[in-house]
Amino acid sequence: MEIIAILLGGVLINNLVFAQFLGLCPFVGVSKNVEMATGMSAAVLFVMTMAAGVTALLHSLVLDPYGLTYLETVTFILVISSLVQFVETFLRKASPVLHRSLGIYLPLITTNCAVMGAALISVRQGYGVGLSAVNGFAGALGWSLAIILFAGIRERLELASVPEALKGIPVALVTTGLMAIAFLGFQGLFRFLF
Amino acid sequence: MNLWRILTNGVVKENPVFRLLLGLCPLLAVTTALMNGFWMGVAVIFVLTSSNIIVSMLRKVIAPRIRIPCFIVIIATFVTIVQMTMNAYLPDMYEILGIFVPLIVVNCVILARAEAFASKNPVVSAAVDGIGMGLGFTIALMVLGGVREFFGTANLVINGQPLFDAPLFEPALIMIMPPGAFITMGVLLALLNVMVNRGRSGAGA
Repeated sequence: MEIIAILLGGVLINNLVFAQFLGLCPFVGVSKNVEMATGMSAAVLFVMTMAAGVTALLHSLVLDPYGLTYLETVTFILVISSLVQFVETFLRKASPVLHRSLGIYLPLITTNCAVMGAALISVRQGYGVGLSAVNGFAGALGWSLAIILFAGIRERLELASVPEALKGIPVALVTTGLMAIAFLGFQGLFRFLF
Repeated sequence: MNLWRILTNGVVKENPVFRLLLGLCPLLAVTTALMNGFWMGVAVIFVLTSSNIIVSMLRKVIAPRIRIPCFIVIIATFVTIVQMTMNAYLPDMYEILGIFVPLIVVNCVILARAEAFASKNPVVSAAVDGIGMGLGFTIALMVLGGVREFFGTANLVINGQPLFDAPLFEPALIMIMPPGAFITMGVLLALLNVMVNRGRSGAGA
C-alpha cells in the first residue's frame, strides 16, 4: 500500500517539476522536442532510481550509525557523480546503441538537482533502502511525464504566433505554470483514495 | 579586465538568472517571500565567492581531466559550512529553505562560474566575480520573492515586521503556490525583454 502511495504521490501530487521545483534546468533546456525529452527521461529514470537506492544504503549503513550525517551533502554528490560516470562507462561497453542515444544526456544529470533532491527527500522521510529506490523511481516517472508533456506543447508553441517579448523561455515558463495549475487538481486525489 | 567591470558583469550584463537562466530550481522554490530570497542569496554569495577563490588558487594544481569532481568537492565543503552555520544561527530559515540549502551544491551557477571563470583567472578577479554573480542571483531572488509575496499575501514582511498593518487587497493565493512562481518568472522575463528591445531600438534610432 505504501508503495502505491509513494508511486502515485510522486508522479501526480508531489511532482518534482510542478510541486517541488526540482530538475528545472534540464526541464527547460532539453524539452525542445519530444525525442530529446524521451531520451533524457530514460537516463534520469535509470540514474535516479539507482542514486536514491545507493544513497539510502550509505545513509543507513555508514553515515547514520557512525554519526556522520553532517557529511551527507558531500557524500551524496560524490556518489551521484561517480554513479553517473559508472553508468556511462558501463553503457558504452554493454550497450553501445543505448549509449549513443543516452550518451549526451548522462553527464548533464550530475547537475540535475532532481537526482540529489530525490535522494535527500527519501532520507529525510526516513524511507528504507527499498522504499527510497521506489521514491526515486516515482520521482523520475513524474519528472519524465512532465518533460514529455511539456516537450509536446513546446513543439506546438514553435508554430504558434507568440508576442515578441514572450518568445522562447518566458512563454515556456508561463506554460509550465498553467500545467502546474492543472496538476494542483490531483491534490484532492490523495484524500479521496487513502 | 578591471574589477568593477567584473562585478557589474555578474549583476547586469551576464546576470545568472535573467540573462543566462541558471539556477532556476532554488530561484522558483524558495521565493515565496522576500526574506527567504534574501537569505538564500546570502548563502549562495558565500558559497560562490569561497569556491571561486579556492578553485582559482588551485587552478594550476588540479589536472584538467578530473577538474569537475574536484570543483564539486570544494563546493560541497562550503555548502556543508553554510548548512551548519544556518542550522545554528537561523534555525527557522534553515527549516523553511529545507532541502534547497544542501542543493546549493548542484546549483549550476556555482559550477558554471568555477568552470568558466575561476579556473582561468587570478584569485582577486575570481573573488570579485563570485560576489558579482552572487549579487545578481540575490537580486533576482529578492525581486521574484518580493513580487510573489506582495501579490500572494497583499503584504510584505521585512525582518519579521509586516510593512502594512492590514492586507492591502484580496491576496491572490496562487502567487505563493508553485504555479505562481512559473508564471511570475515568465512575465518578469517578458518584461525584461520588452525593456531590452526598447532600449536597443531607441539606441538604433
